[in-house]
Formats: sequence, structure tokens, C-alpha cells
Amino acid sequence: MSETHDRPPESFTLRLRRYNPESGDAPYWEEHTVELEPHRSVLEGILQARDKYDGSIGIRCSCRQAICGSCGIRVNGEPSLACHTHLDEAKRTASDGVIEIEPMGNMPVLKDLIVDMDAVHWKKIQRVTPWLLAKQPVPEREYIVPRESMVDVTQTMACIQCGACVSDCLAMEVDPGFVGPAALAKAYRFVGDPRDDQQFERLNDLAQDPHGLFDCTHCFKCVEACPKDVNPMGQIMRLRRVATGDYHIVDRNNGERHEAAFTTLVKDHGLLWEAELLPRSYGGNSWFGKFSPHAGKELLSSLPAILKALMRGKVTPAGALKPHKIPKGDLKSVQSIYEKIEGRPERYELNLYISGQDEEPAPAEAPDLLAAAAGSGDPPGAPENPEESVSQ
Amino acid sequence: MKVAYWPGCVSRGFTPELHGSMAKVAPLLDIELVELDRACCTGAGVIAEHNQELADTLNARTFALAQQVPGAELMMNICSTCQGAQSECQERLDANAEYRAHVNETLSGEGLTYEKGLTNKNFLWLLVEEIGLDRLSSLIKTPLTNLKVGPFYGCYIVRPRARLGIGQEHPRDHYLHMVIETLGGTVIDYAGMRKCCGFPIITMNKQASLKQAGRHLGDAMDADADCLVTPCPLCHLNLDLQQPLAERVVGRDLQMPVLHLPQLVGLALGLDPKELGMNRHVVRPTSVIDWSTSVVGAAA
Repeated sequence: MSETHDRPPESFTLRLRRYNPESGDAPYWEEHTVELEPHRSVLEGILQARDKYDGSIGIRCSCRQAICGSCGIRVNGEPSLACHTHLDEAKRTASDGVIEIEPMGNMPVLKDLIVDMDAVHWKKIQRVTPWLLAKQPVPEREYIVPRESMVDVTQTMACIQCGACVSDCLAMEVDPGFVGPAALAKAYRFVGDPRDDQQFERLNDLAQDPHGLFDCTHCFKCVEACPKDVNPMGQIMRLRRVATGDYHIVDRNNGERHEAAFTTLVKDHGLLWEAELLPRSYGGNSWFGKFSPHAGKELLSSLPAILKALMRGKVTPAGALKPHKIPKGDLKSVQSIYEKIEGRPERYELNLYISGQDEEPAPAEAPDLLAAAAGSGDPPGAPENPEESVSQ
Repeated sequence: MKVAYWPGCVSRGFTPELHGSMAKVAPLLDIELVELDRACCTGAGVIAEHNQELADTLNARTFALAQQVPGAELMMNICSTCQGAQSECQERLDANAEYRAHVNETLSGEGLTYEKGLTNKNFLWLLVEEIGLDRLSSLIKTPLTNLKVGPFYGCYIVRPRARLGIGQEHPRDHYLHMVIETLGGTVIDYAGMRKCCGFPIITMNKQASLKQAGRHLGDAMDADADCLVTPCPLCHLNLDLQQPLAERVVGRDLQMPVLHLPQLVGLALGLDPKELGMNRHVVRPTSVIDWSTSVVGAAA
């Protein structure tokens, strides 16, 4: 048993946010002090407070070992599983030594720490058709698929549906319609599954939805919130890659155009040319993009900001019309990198969740994980005989 | 100290006052900037969204160029988004020797190689960890007395914590607080200080994007901040350049000046607001804050 487990019980004060919508009273804060060994969980602290002081404290929990995903709450403002957060750690991160406990965000509170997962989380999960739409004909026995392609989706399968990522999604905070991190990660579960027959339809649906694939603000909140390292934002980026790169879906939300314009401008100039990025994102990825009616309308609505910027000398007309560039020789090198990588038959991804950290030169088995996310393609140094790597 | 300096694209484009103010502040802090003018855009996460290997290779090229700068102790950037995008690429490159060799193979045509373990710090981190708050404090000419500053961290420099090396030893998600206090200002905490400015979705969902910017600015106003300070030029675009549009979306007057980090430091080191390019902001700090009473020569 480790040293921390030998420490005697200590006092921990919990500040709980209480609320019962049916009572008609406003939410209020209530403090309870519990006695527990420091390595015990915040959940155990809440349950002791309930047993000792107030049987009406509402909390949802079941497995108590970070498997069932029932006890999602906020501890000191951060989304957490109550059973997966140690009391000593929670006390350390508390601003005033008192552990602050609230229900998760972005979902209505049913009572105290219990939120309405049906109203938000599960509704959004249903939104992405979370089941296999099997390729026909369904084989008489099992489907035979490459091992790598299933390894690729294991990260999203690790999701325990606790709602921590939904709780703190910053896009959902301003756009409650956003499909959200948990559901989009679930969408990749099926888009990445070689047995699924409707990958294009799934991606097209989510790309065209104004609250879908391109509504994520890339804020890393879900990455940080997830207790299972699902990396929902990373899955959203993979969905975007497959939608734009493999299926060439051009969406009505400027997602594909923005990505294409950004990538092209850096290829053409080495640096970003902001004045050109915006019109191209709206009007299409060429110099003529700015003359499309879509771009014109958008530029017109941004006129107050543009005029102010010009007035202040923040942007000069000459500066806006002329890109800043890197030296010619370097630009050539950058372009040759683009050509080499974009010319590969398959995109090439390293997912550290699957490959892990590797200090030493990779063992024989590691290389095929490099291409796992891409589904196939020969990674560098891949063993000629794949069976050799399996046998290790 | 000598650093391989990556200014990013936006600091040389739509926020020229950032690059300019860094150049003015560096000599006062004894930082020698060797600009990586051959390096390309980090991709800001967008190129990685298009093709991860491409983003990793382009950034590995920048890292390799930085490692070639003679006498440079580390690489420094002035853009949180660059920091976040580069840290993500570096995490993959440093984690897997086989992958690193593969990326280096692409760079070999140019004779460049990235060696694992580059130190790449945003100016904020460098200020606290390399220069040190004691030294910074000793250099102050005009303490920011009576100036109420709201820190705006944004996302890329505070999440994910493990990748960015944030922990008990390096509480990097509190550094803006520490710097503001060291400079003699008063820290104003408000709800949105570590939230997204909305910039990444400005072309995809303008309404939601501006709502984010407008809310944070409004929160800071309600908390009685005189101004915000940010280490990210992209946050600056949404919070300052787009502020007139954000006002319309949230339906309230905002008029909240937003300073770049080197500008705030420069003020305390005795530089003039104009010298620091503050007249170039859409919401002019000088028109909202009376610098003569808020900063210069106020009683402690």
C-alpha cells in the first residue's frame, strides 16, 4: 500500500451548491465538514455528508470506480468524476481551502448535483445516429476488417458518457444547438468503422449543420475535461479531415473553404495573409473569391470593423493588398514539403493514445500504429512481414 | 539572453503593434531577438486539421531553424495560438523516434534536422521563468498603480495542461495574474478569463463567435476592469478589432481596451503608449483610460 493510503483521516470542508427547482427557492450554498483519509474520493465525501448531515443531498452515482460515468460534477469549477477526484487534490486546488462542488454546466439541474442528461447529452448522442449502419449484404458470419481500423476507433469507444465534456463545452455555452464534443466523438466511432455503410451521409449531415462539425471553437475544454482521454476535439478534427480530405464535402458553413484557403495561402506565401483569408473563406479558395456575392455580403457586414482598422492605421490598404512572404528559397522548401506530403497515397497520422510515448527507437510493433488512423498505407520502417510484429 | 524569436503571422499582419511593442520591450529586458524570418506559419491548428503530418513537418522545420541559431538559449513566441499549435506538433515529434525520423527525412532535402527536446516558450512564460518577477520588478519605472487589469488567457496557452507543462511547479495558467501584480496593477478576475475568444469560428458561426467575445468583454466591464491584457494576437482580433460588431451581438456598449502583453510590460518599463502602438487599437486605450492618473505618477 502506498504512503498516501496510510495517512489518517482528516477534515475536509465541502461547499455544495443546493437547488431544488420544485421548491420554488433559489439555489444556495451549504458547507459540510467530513472526516476521511485524504486519498478518498470527493464522492465519498459527499456521501458521508449526506449520511451524517442531510439525507436530501441529491447526487447520482453507481460504480465508484470511474467506469459507469454517473457522478459527473464540477469540483472547484472544473468538470470531474466525483469518484475519480481525491479529496486532498481537491483541497489543494480550492481557492480558499474549501472544496467547491457544483452540478455540471450546459445542462438543466434536476436537483442539487443531478443534471438532466436526457435533455441535452443523450439528445445530442441520438442526433448522430449512434449505431452501425451496416454494409450490405451482412456477412453470414463476422465481418473481417483490418485490425488497425478497429484500433483507430478504440479511443472514442473509451467514452463512458459522463457528460464532463458537454458540461464545459464553450461553443455550447453560446450556441446550445451545437452537437457537441461527446456526440461528435461518437460520430467518429462510426465514421471510422470500416463496416459502416453511410460514412459520407453521416459526414455530410454534420458538415452542413450550422451547429455541427464546424461549430467547434478548438478551445481544448473537452480534451481537458475527459476522464478517459477520449480527446473529443481531436475526434472532431479527424471528422473534418475525413469530410474535407477524403469525401471533398463542401459545406455551407465555410468550414471546408476556410481550411482550404488557409492551407493554400500558407503554401503560396509561407505566412498567413489575413486580408485574403476572410473573403476566400466565404467566396471560395481563389483570388477571385472576394468577388462572389457571398463574400461581398459578408465583407459589407464587417465594414464597421474594417473601416475602424483602416482609420487607426492598424491595417493599411497596401498592407492588406500585399501578402507578407518568407524568402523565395524558403518558400520553395515549404512548397516541396507540401508537395511531398500531399502527394502521399494515404494521409499519415500519429495518435499518441494508441502508440504511447516512445523514448527509444520504435519496437517492431510500433510502426504500424503510425498509420493506424489513416486506415492503411505503409508507414516508414513497417515490418515486411506483419505477422512478425503480431507475434511479439 | 538570446532567443530564437518566432513572431507569428498576425503580429506582422493585422496586429503590427504587437511585433512592434515586443521589439521595443526586448532590449529593456535584455532579450536579444533573433527573428526566425525563414520560418513559415504554424498552421494555427487549421493545417493540422487538414493534414497532421504536414503541420508537424512545417513546424519541425521551424524548430530545426531555431536550433541552428548560434547561442540561442531557447525559442520564444508572442502568440498563444502559435504556442498551442507548436506544442501539439512537438508532443508528437518528441514522443516517437520513428515518427521524428520520418519527418526529418522530409526535411533532409534542405539539410535540416529537428533534434528532440526544443524549449519553446511564449513571452509570458519566459518573463516569469527566465527573466523572473524579481528582476522584472526591479526594472519598473512607472508602476501600473490604480490600473485594474483583467487577464485574458484564451485557450491555447492554458489547455491541455499536461502538454503545456502546467502544474504546481509551473502554474502557467496564473502567470498573467502574477505579471499584472508585479507591474503594480490590480488583477480583475472575471468569468471569461480562460474561455475562448471565439476567433476560430468567426467565419463558420459569426454570431456565436462574437457572442463569446462580447460576453467576456461585458463580464470584464461588470467586474470593473479598466482594460484587458492578452498573450494572443488572435484573441486580440476578436476582442478589439471585432469589438464594434460584438457590441451589436450582445446588445450593449463595451468600449473595453485590450492590450497585448508586451504593451502592458512596456508601459511599466516607462515606454509611451504611442510608442507601443496603442493608438492603433480599434478601442483606443488612451480614449478610455486616463493614463495620466491611472498609470503615470499616481500615488502608491
